[in-house]
Amino acid sequence: MDKMLLTLITFLPIVGMVLVLLMPGKAHGLIRGIAVVTSGIVFLLTLQLYSIFDPTALATSPHPGYDARTWTEAPWISAFHVYYRFGVDGLSTMLVVLTGFLSFLATFVGFTIKKQVKGFYALYLLLMTGMFGVFMALDFFLFYVFWEVMLLPMYFLIGIWGGPRKEYAAIKFFIYTFVGSVLMMIVMLAYYFKVTGNPATADFAFNIPWLVANHPFAGSPEVFRQMMFWGLFIGFAIKVPIFPFHTWLPDAHVEAPTAISVILAGVLLKMGGYGILRFNYPLLPEIGSTPWVMWFLAVLGVVNIIYGAFCALGQTDFKRLVAYSSVSHMGYVLLGVAVLREEGINGAIFQMFAHGLSSAMMFMLVGVLYDRAHHREIARFGGIATQMPVYFGLAVVGFFASLGLPAMVGFIGEVSVFLGAFAYNKILTSVATVGMLLTAGYILWTMQRVYMGNPKPQYAEFPDANKWELIALVPLAATCILFGILPALVMNIYAPSTQLFLQMFK
Amino acid sequence: MDPLVLKLAVLIFLLPLATFALMAIFHHRIPRHGDWLATTAIGVILAAAITIFVHAGMSDRNIQVNYVFDWLPLGVSNMVKGGILVDRLTAIMLVVVTLVSFLVHLFSVGYMKDDVRYGRYYCGLLLFTTSMLGLVLANNLVYLYIFWELVGLSSYLLIGHWFEKKSASDAAIKAFITTRLGDVGMFIGLMICYWKVGSLQYADLFAAVQNGLLSEPSGLWGFDWQTLAGLGIFFGAMGKSAQFPLHVWLPDAMEGPTPVSALIHAATMVAAGVYLTGRLLPFFSPDTLVFIAYIGGITALFAATIALVQDDIKKVLAYSTVSQLGYMIMALGVGGYVSGLFHLTTHAMFKACLFLGSGAVIHAMHHEQSMSQYGGLWKKMPFTALFYIMATLALCGFPGFSGFFSKDLILGDTLAYTMLHGHWFLVVAGFGTAFLTAFYMTRQVCLTFFGSPRNAHKYEHAHEVGWQMLTPLVILGTLSLVGGWGGWFEKYNEKRDGLTQIQEIAATGYQSPFVAAALAAAPAAATHEAAAAHEAGVGSETRPTAEAAAAGVHDEAHIIHVAHRTAMGLSIVLALSGIGFGLLMYWQRRSGKALLNPDALAKAARPVYVLLWNKYFFDEMYNAAFVETTHLAARFSARFDRLVIDGVVNFVGFFGKVMGFVIDILDRIIVDGLMVNGSAHAAGFAGNQLSWAQTGRVRQYLLLMVLGIIALSGVILVLVR
Repeated sequence: MDKMLLTLITFLPIVGMVLVLLMPGKAHGLIRGIAVVTSGIVFLLTLQLYSIFDPTALATSPHPGYDARTWTEAPWISAFHVYYRFGVDGLSTMLVVLTGFLSFLATFVGFTIKKQVKGFYALYLLLMTGMFGVFMALDFFLFYVFWEVMLLPMYFLIGIWGGPRKEYAAIKFFIYTFVGSVLMMIVMLAYYFKVTGNPATADFAFNIPWLVANHPFAGSPEVFRQMMFWGLFIGFAIKVPIFPFHTWLPDAHVEAPTAISVILAGVLLKMGGYGILRFNYPLLPEIGSTPWVMWFLAVLGVVNIIYGAFCALGQTDFKRLVAYSSVSHMGYVLLGVAVLREEGINGAIFQMFAHGLSSAMMFMLVGVLYDRAHHREIARFGGIATQMPVYFGLAVVGFFASLGLPAMVGFIGEVSVFLGAFAYNKILTSVATVGMLLTAGYILWTMQRVYMGNPKPQYAEFPDANKWELIALVPLAATCILFGILPALVMNIYAPSTQLFLQMFK
Repeated sequence: MDPLVLKLAVLIFLLPLATFALMAIFHHRIPRHGDWLATTAIGVILAAAITIFVHAGMSDRNIQVNYVFDWLPLGVSNMVKGGILVDRLTAIMLVVVTLVSFLVHLFSVGYMKDDVRYGRYYCGLLLFTTSMLGLVLANNLVYLYIFWELVGLSSYLLIGHWFEKKSASDAAIKAFITTRLGDVGMFIGLMICYWKVGSLQYADLFAAVQNGLLSEPSGLWGFDWQTLAGLGIFFGAMGKSAQFPLHVWLPDAMEGPTPVSALIHAATMVAAGVYLTGRLLPFFSPDTLVFIAYIGGITALFAATIALVQDDIKKVLAYSTVSQLGYMIMALGVGGYVSGLFHLTTHAMFKACLFLGSGAVIHAMHHEQSMSQYGGLWKKMPFTALFYIMATLALCGFPGFSGFFSKDLILGDTLAYTMLHGHWFLVVAGFGTAFLTAFYMTRQVCLTFFGSPRNAHKYEHAHEVGWQMLTPLVILGTLSLVGGWGGWFEKYNEKRDGLTQIQEIAATGYQSPFVAAALAAAPAAATHEAAAAHEAGVGSETRPTAEAAAAGVHDEAHIIHVAHRTAMGLSIVLALSGIGFGLLMYWQRRSGKALLNPDALAKAARPVYVLLWNKYFFDEMYNAAFVETTHLAARFSARFDRLVIDGVVNFVGFFGKVMGFVIDILDRIIVDGLMVNGSAHAAGFAGNQLSWAQTGRVRQYLLLMVLGIIALSGVILVLVR
């Protein structure tokens, strides 16, 4: 059973997709039911993974750094040395559970979709397979395949079910990510030709743990390794997104339907951070630890934090504001990783987790309002708190979690990143703390304009959050608080992996 | 470690938390929105807090509980620990917080009874109380910081309780952001500590100071890291305790319901900065302490001058709070641990009484807050007036009242400090504030309760408040009188230096490398001193130095003694003259006029009056310097992102499209036109030309085939060769 777990998690959504496709197109209830049940089972399986995953056994595992019990490996395309190789370490386990949780909740959010329900959920389930595959594949080729599998459904989900400028946003998203994957593929091919050049090692051409352990390019000129590092980095930076490659994000978010925004912010952005931690640094640690690279990336992270916050403060569209807050929040991830210290990386990973919960919740909150008002202009709202008190209570939790209020998830990530970064550079980190202030600024100002003030007559008919919205929002609110109070529940999963990660730089 | 105290401490934290969680979800289903539930819960923990207080007082140890547990595994070897500390200072704070909170809960039953969000209001109070209790129970800077921000959240929620009003939500945001600015400083201090020490337990920080872990120069203004960390942390205290120049939020915070002002913005939360400064006193370097003293002195005097001219009854009290907090901070800065925290305790009682009293007045006057509409209210509400005046006398430092004892200690400590180390400004600020305080409070009492009613209509409808509102006034008013008697504070909780605190912590079984190192270094010094004293006793050659030292200590003790006696005399004189001067200006005689005319004074010193009335224009300055510039930068960034960064992206996309178009044309003309279609044409042409060969005769085909094979074979043979 354990051996099959990763495969089941990845491909069960495909089974769900087939079932959805077999249903008559009008049977909306049935299709939604299948989607909910499938993603629910998958979520339970990810929890099963969490429960059997033993972070302390990673160092002594036969597959160093990866969980031995769930490790799955079989030849796939032997002619090209491609393997079906799945494995998880602490980082991927955490992200898999997060993905399972969010994709389960987002199926309920998708209930508001009324057009071509069948197609929506079929693509949605396919997207799930892509996401899980990306986080668990340990074969470079397989990873690339899943990366593309994730990309295509997303393109259609934005392009068909999106808002007025959906085509523009979908194409922008696709091309941007595709540029990244082409860069990634070039690096992948470089490894392939290098490794297959020697018959003794040819079979390891796409074997990520082997590539990480053996550094095939160790003797190559530095310029070449720099190019590979930056090729990978740009590919993943687009996804994070890192300034100046971030402008696809606001457009994609604004146009995407709520459920897809939730997945986009909660899971897809994490793939960038995951890729940087799984590929960039492990494959080329000597480049990542070059002083100027560390400095450059740390500065870039701080730019993300501050610039993203300023942009968020200047938005007039509610959803765009939340999108820019993602840009700001993901800056912490880059800053934490760049300094290559235990606190920083643990904080960066926690920040990914925290942002997954809080930004997903914020997009849901915006969506709830949009479904009623059919616009997102901050200036036109006001007084919602009086009309929708339950919704407002949840909004307070979601927005303050994003603000980084202590005893909520956002705080842990920020603080850990700062504690790690401070030892690296005092001035830079002190500058970055301004971000804490700006975040408070845009969140509170937004809450004031949207929720406070006198109730407006045109919103008087708005019903409070309904049961489907509560099903999606309440678990997020609860987890935002729970893991802020007991962060060790999450951090303990991946802290040993971080330690193994850092050994590469010694 | 005392198991009973530990259990009670956990109960004190968890009971209001559980009640909050319950009420946050179900308050609209509980009868009366759960006000009785919240009040009862706080009543229970008040009893628990008093038990701890008595227990700690009877115990011969200072620290009852220091319970440490793992919290955040930031690194495999860097576990950030959480923990609970209960010593006598905590015990005092627990009683202060739970008592005022309980009375405010009770008071609110009357004051808030018709409120639209009655249940939510109690949730806010409970969240605040929980956070504040967590703050005083924490034994480390992380937990302190966590609850520090959570009290900020509850303050935000309660200031913005009536968020339909723009001014209320503005004030809530202002409070949150201003205090968070302080918190950013505090966080930088915290990062320095974590970086240099690796632990944020108070005990480890004190030990790190003893071991000199923070004594390296930082390269910034010649300060060492200890000073910088101290300044950073104190910056947080400045935000929370509304010290100059971060004081601007507190007067605006009066937009919240008045009981909230009493609990959060007078008695407890704003005193958190004072508590923190007192708690970490051994951590602050001498440079930091001088800075602290000056900030306190400036704040005390500055806020008192603004309070002189304000008209809103709550604004006067707000500035008075800022001023009194400045007093406490100044006292701690000059090393007056007992005086600063003693004043915190007495101030909590009399200021809560004043705020609740003003709440009673506002309630009676139908939410009128302007003192120009009051007058003569003592006839309508004699009990409120009585206890209000008692609290006022305490605040003025009238002999015998609680505030007299604590304020007198502060002034004595300040005077002694100045006599020993200089810094005359502090003395001027201290005594000047004492006079001004007595004056503006007399003014307030005269305008509110005496003279003739200035708004006859509202006066007619004024009435004495009910028992839920009166009981807190009675209790707090009585405590304003007796709360300082016997100088109990110093006997209960004397000042301890860093080393003593480390030893006390170590005695509870707490172990850490820092504490161990500090203790290992300490006995040597202690025994050395003891040996020197012993030798001095038996008359060896060290006697002269020992005698000199003893004489020095004696001199210092003498100066302190003199300073305290002088301060007592002077403070009585200043308090009485302040009251007297206030009466001269505001006590209406039969003729309806006071002896001195305040309006004439305002007219004569018009620029000063305008400056004070507008609070030195701080709001306007900050608005222009920070708020507007931030919004400008934000709008600029948003536009820059849209036009420049996204412009580049769209240009690349556009360029791609153009390229596609051009290539498309080239494709049609050259590739498709010339090459593909060209070859097709060529083939067609060749076909036409060759059609003569299509004769339909098989033999001819066979002949051609054979010829072709021979030709091809020839070509192949040539090529292969």
